[in-house]
Amino acid sequence: MLWVVLLATSSLCFAIKFVGHSVPERWLANARLQRINTLIPIALLSALVMAEGLVTKTHIVLDHRLAGLAVALAALFAKAPFPVVVVAAALTSALVYHAH
Amino acid sequence: MTRAPSATVRDALSVSLTVGFYGVAFGATSVAAGFSVLQSCLFSLLTFSGASQFAAVGVVASGGAGISAIATAALLGTRNALYGIQMAPLVKVKGLKRVAAAQITIDESTGVALAQASRGTEAMRYGFWLTGTGVFLFWNVFTFLGAFGAKSLGDPASWGLDAAVPAAFLGLVWPRLETMYLRLVAASAMAFALLVTPWLPAGLPIIASVFVAVAFGWRER
Repeated sequence: MLWVVLLATSSLCFAIKFVGHSVPERWLANARLQRINTLIPIALLSALVMAEGLVTKTHIVLDHRLAGLAVALAALFAKAPFPVVVVAAALTSALVYHAH
Repeated sequence: MTRAPSATVRDALSVSLTVGFYGVAFGATSVAAGFSVLQSCLFSLLTFSGASQFAAVGVVASGGAGISAIATAALLGTRNALYGIQMAPLVKVKGLKRVAAAQITIDESTGVALAQASRGTEAMRYGFWLTGTGVFLFWNVFTFLGAFGAKSLGDPASWGLDAAVPAAFLGLVWPRLETMYLRLVAASAMAFALLVTPWLPAGLPIIASVFVAVAFGWRER
């Protein structure tokens, strides 16, 4: 399964990039399509924050990850660079995990 | 081609280095999700799109079906097609060079290229190629380091890796939330994903959040 995910993801992601370089500009000139396309990454990434931070299988679970996420949010508000955000979240989460 | 303006080289280098470091987080996350070091490195070489890679391994790690992982990653990659449309008339290449140009068409290479507009077309072209190849280089080296390092860590939760993933997604979406409207889209997608979580198999709530993007983008504001 892991190889399928790896190879299918890679092929699709490359195909999408290549199509962009190969189609005439007007094909994707549709305004509605462009509006939706710019919103898709925002919607998906936001949903991923929830799915990875607050969900286990199909249940909402509030655990050590939430503490990490809260610290990540605080770090982003403080304009911390990306690696600091991720490491701070990981350290906090690990601390809470071990404290239990 | 003439020499690249030094300001363009500086832009490309600083972006490449910063982004490259995310590669450590990806390598570690990927190994924690169950992928081997080899598979993690192949992800960075072949997929080469940070958000898509994090999504694919993240969905797998949270028990989602393979098809959900693939679909989420591909949907996240659709923005690269729009970048390609913008970059193609700039780089004007065919054959193998077009394959290479397509592979390095990502947020960063497009962003740096567009930011060079005031320095002229040649600088934009340099910005695209230098940033694209720079990020590619650092991203892959650091993925290997992260994957290799994570292998010796053991239980991912005890090192906080399970919180690093959502934090990474938050860090990826953060710079995009420039207006109140975009913040509203993000908040709605988060609420929607949580709302449908009990009713859908793992992984699908993420894909379902595309509905939020369609609903908001359907009409002009």
